[in-house]
Amino acid sequence: MNQWKNFSKGFIKENPVFVLVLGMCPTLGVTSSAINGLGMGLATAFVLMMSNVVISLVKNVIPEKVRIPSFIVIIAAFVTIVQLAMQAYLPSLYKSLGLFIPLIVVNCIVLGRAEAFASKNNVISSAIDGLGIGLGFSFALVLLGSIREILGSGRIFNITLYSENYVTLLFVLSPGAFIVLGYLIAVINRFNK
Amino acid sequence: MNYFVIIIAAIFVNNIVLMQFLGICPFLGVSKRISTAVGMAGAVAFVMVLATIVTYLIQHYVLNKLGLAYLQTIAFILVIASLVQLVEIILKKVSPAMYQALGIFLPLITTNCAILGVAILTVQKEFNLLEGVVYAIANAVGFGLALTLFAGIREHLDLQDIPKGLKGTPIALITAGILAMAFMGFSGLV
Repeated sequence: MNQWKNFSKGFIKENPVFVLVLGMCPTLGVTSSAINGLGMGLATAFVLMMSNVVISLVKNVIPEKVRIPSFIVIIAAFVTIVQLAMQAYLPSLYKSLGLFIPLIVVNCIVLGRAEAFASKNNVISSAIDGLGIGLGFSFALVLLGSIREILGSGRIFNITLYSENYVTLLFVLSPGAFIVLGYLIAVINRFNK
Repeated sequence: MNYFVIIIAAIFVNNIVLMQFLGICPFLGVSKRISTAVGMAGAVAFVMVLATIVTYLIQHYVLNKLGLAYLQTIAFILVIASLVQLVEIILKKVSPAMYQALGIFLPLITTNCAILGVAILTVQKEFNLLEGVVYAIANAVGFGLALTLFAGIREHLDLQDIPKGLKGTPIALITAGILAMAFMGFSGLV
């Protein structure tokens, strides 16, 4: 029961995007379509879970003073793994996510969970926490990506919903990202209280 | 001419914050007042230019020479983290007044994706060192411009009667969206 709570908190109650407002750069940058959002979310979830596991395993070995740099190196190692794997197996996704894959390393969510959770808890809780927050992040990205894709190009996951003559291009461009996310957070605030 | 194009493109057309979505965290976090926004922009500009020079040299004279280009992410983030630490220590000794002004922002800069982003973009776009420096300066100016404009708007926003649900982050994001729309007017300039 406790582990379930630990897992599910990432979706709404402590959602990294909607509630904590962390990791905004990839959230806004890659969500011009739902599939990009999903790819980015899962890549981040993998890094988050693996770095949480490793950090909670080595937390007693790392001296207090060099804690943060050590965390960053561990995270960067997993980001490099994701980067190389995606380049090899999903080249088209890698191309559309572009710069934001290496930038997972400076995503505040990953370092935040390492510092706030993995450095204080055991391996299993840390893995579940990483997975939960990672999937919550993916959920937020897919939601934002779907809304922008439906409004901006009349499609969802590349399935055409209505004619391109009726789309509002603004939503796939950068202003649309800010505006849709703003209203989404407002709606979620309304239901969270 | 080439440098002119780089400058205009980086500041207005592809503004680092509003068009490329880099450095959104400080953009939303420290834009409540113009004075802190200017401080943050100064600290970012300083570290961005320094980091671009150092990472450029490392990429071309260490990683490429040794065939270790795939270690780019790890190497760059380590360089930036240590650089920020170094700047903090030096600033504390040399100019306590400046340290007071920029000090609280410096630790935040390590996880500012604009710094790492510009360092990686400089390598990806295959700039030479001078172009890289110009690119970094222009991006820093673009960041400062967006941040100060946004802070100015937010100061006024505090006095407005905003619906309860939209207070805080939502209205800030919508404002940023409108600001981005204004910057879209520059597209096609270069």
